[in-house]
Amino acid sequence: MADWLAQNGLLLGLATLDGLSNAAAIFMVAVGLNLVFGVLRVLNVAHGSLYAIGGYTAASLGLLLAASGLPDWLAFPLLLVAALLVGAVLGPPIEKLLLRRTRQHEPVLQLLITFALFMILEDLQKLVWGVQPVVNDTPLRLLGTVDVPFGADVIPFTTYQLFVLPGVALVTLVGLAWFLRRTLAGRMIVAVTADAEAARAMGIDAGRVMLLTFTAGAALAALGGALASPTVSLVPGVGAQTIVLSFAVVATAGLGQVEGAALAALLIGLGRAFAVYFEPELEVVIPYLIMVVVLLVRPQGLFGVVETRRI
Amino acid sequence: MPHPNPAAPLAPGAGLPPLGRRGVLQAGLAAGSLLLAGRTAQAQPSRPQEIKIGIATYLSGPASVFGVPGRQAAEMLIDQLNAEGGIGGVKLRPIFVDEGPGVDHVVGEFRRLAQSEDVDLIFSAISSADCLACAPLADELKRLTILWDCGTQRIFEEARYDYAFRTQANATPEVLAALLYLLKMKPDFRSLAVVNQDYAWGRDSWDIWRTAMNTLKPGVRVVAELFPRFGATDYSTEITRLLALRPDVVFSTTWGGDLDTLIRQSADRRLFERSTFVLPLAESSMERVGKALPAGHIVGARGDHWFLHPNPRDPELLRRFTNDFRQRFGAYPIYSCHHMAQAIFATKAAYEKAMQAKGGGWPTDAELAQAFRGLEFPSLTSTVRIREDGQGLEDQIIGTTMATDAYPFPVMTDMVVFKGESITTPAGQKSADWLKTLTPAMLDQMPQPIAYKP
Repeated sequence: MADWLAQNGLLLGLATLDGLSNAAAIFMVAVGLNLVFGVLRVLNVAHGSLYAIGGYTAASLGLLLAASGLPDWLAFPLLLVAALLVGAVLGPPIEKLLLRRTRQHEPVLQLLITFALFMILEDLQKLVWGVQPVVNDTPLRLLGTVDVPFGADVIPFTTYQLFVLPGVALVTLVGLAWFLRRTLAGRMIVAVTADAEAARAMGIDAGRVMLLTFTAGAALAALGGALASPTVSLVPGVGAQTIVLSFAVVATAGLGQVEGAALAALLIGLGRAFAVYFEPELEVVIPYLIMVVVLLVRPQGLFGVVETRRI
Repeated sequence: MPHPNPAAPLAPGAGLPPLGRRGVLQAGLAAGSLLLAGRTAQAQPSRPQEIKIGIATYLSGPASVFGVPGRQAAEMLIDQLNAEGGIGGVKLRPIFVDEGPGVDHVVGEFRRLAQSEDVDLIFSAISSADCLACAPLADELKRLTILWDCGTQRIFEEARYDYAFRTQANATPEVLAALLYLLKMKPDFRSLAVVNQDYAWGRDSWDIWRTAMNTLKPGVRVVAELFPRFGATDYSTEITRLLALRPDVVFSTTWGGDLDTLIRQSADRRLFERSTFVLPLAESSMERVGKALPAGHIVGARGDHWFLHPNPRDPELLRRFTNDFRQRFGAYPIYSCHHMAQAIFATKAAYEKAMQAKGGGWPTDAELAQAFRGLEFPSLTSTVRIREDGQGLEDQIIGTTMATDAYPFPVMTDMVVFKGESITTPAGQKSADWLKTLTPAMLDQMPQPIAYKP
């Protein structure tokens, strides 16, 4: 073991850096889905579309900015603007017009509705952005690279990957945890998450909480896409790829658990990175292996609580 | 399908005995049999009002980056062909179906096109899995099928078909050409890593490369075999590992948005400065990635498809096609556009050949299928021949990227155009066996590289 560590210690260091960056990206994708499921009890398949539309919108705004001659640094706030825009425009109509009307029905109906919405939004993306890959890497280029020592060599990492992604993920995690625990609105969300009926009895407007939560979840999904857009070529189908991984994170975390999503994302991010270095054939299945192992030991997920069934 | 003669109408029920339920059923079955057999039963089919072509292509999902340009090329070329009078005076009508939902969907659509739409030909498909499923259907339904873009070499190596033909090359020459080029231009490489998408194409193309490389240059150290998931949006971990390993060569048959992302992320982290990339499908990404793909890396085009082909058979044809496509769709045509053009040109050539053999008469499906065997037809850049086994022999262009002020993206220089027959598995043999018989003498027979001319 000591010999192995001596031989591979430097590689482990690189894998850890990659894993942290991976984990940040995965967390940003999954946290919105987890939040929405916790409060609305809806497994939102259209979450992947919101991610994709967030990415496309951020890339389009970035390209408009580049064409306008305004300062390049505005590309960073534009990522946030794109996410808020998508959340505000798509979130409320989806919740009010589709999910709210079907809340009293079987959960499978809502699942089917969000799946139908996913298909519609996929086609909408093609109508608006076409099928050719779209990219805007201005934020990435502005920050350049950082050389990480690797023995006698150096390994270039992008500053965006090494600092911006993990930084935003950390701020999101801490901010959400603070918001949910320390603010009145956050406590109302937690109350509705725990028991919507009891929350209503306490005078909380559960419908409004659900609307706000879904809008925030949509904006977080879009933020995940917007943050990915400088490094990714956006193509049709990118949302579908995302949603599968998000489900794995949510199931591993425990439904509705923000900290759980962070820990699950960390496990999966590091697991995938170590797999690429030491057992590449496992890379694709690592998220699902982790999910299976966690669910075997804790069926309710890492941070989930066992719910009593109402009869 | 024979069309009823409107000049001799039969009044409903006139002079016929009343039909019972069984009679109706029997009549229906008989009519159905006639309908199904109709296309092949007629010895002297009349000239149809139109030639209907069912076209399976990706209109959704990640592969629509190829599928939609393919559809656009079909629409443009069929418009042009119809404006010139069509084929033998008969105009063409395409009916497009989406490959995106998967093999089962395509198989269903294939049957619908053949049996309900009664199309004359079917172009299917981009996906190798779809082609493997559709080729047997072509024979079962006796409906002429052109495998217009898929790459798997297995189709004609593992079975013989009467109604399925391929109007382009397959994976073996596409990958082998890139390897021969690398061996000729950079013979001293000692280590290599592969980064391919984790699905059939990524795995199969690596098998072809590895088998041929072990035969022609044994001893190359494969330092990493990486197969990120299809549709991956982040290659940062793979890139870090490659930066640390410093292989002489990075081989990747990745395509579409995945390839764009791999190129951009590799450029951002200066991986192109440490390793020579071999990207047999990069022609389709070069306009999009622009200067992110630096000079000095090896790129291919799944054929000899390149708008700056150094020696096209008909320069005016290539120039006109490129300009028309750019004017109508705002982008340079990529290889799927060329493959679609080849399917259409082959269709025209086969009809003309079959009609000529019949003294100007309209051919049956069987006669048309026979015309495809051994057919030579012009492509946008050269000439393609369909072998007796149904496999097309198509030239392959491989080049090295270089920057030029003339275009906002790299172009190819030191281009080698391999003749299709010199690098395609001979008919009756399997690629896995044939590749093991290659000798370094192949390199001596390679055509001379041709430099980019502004």
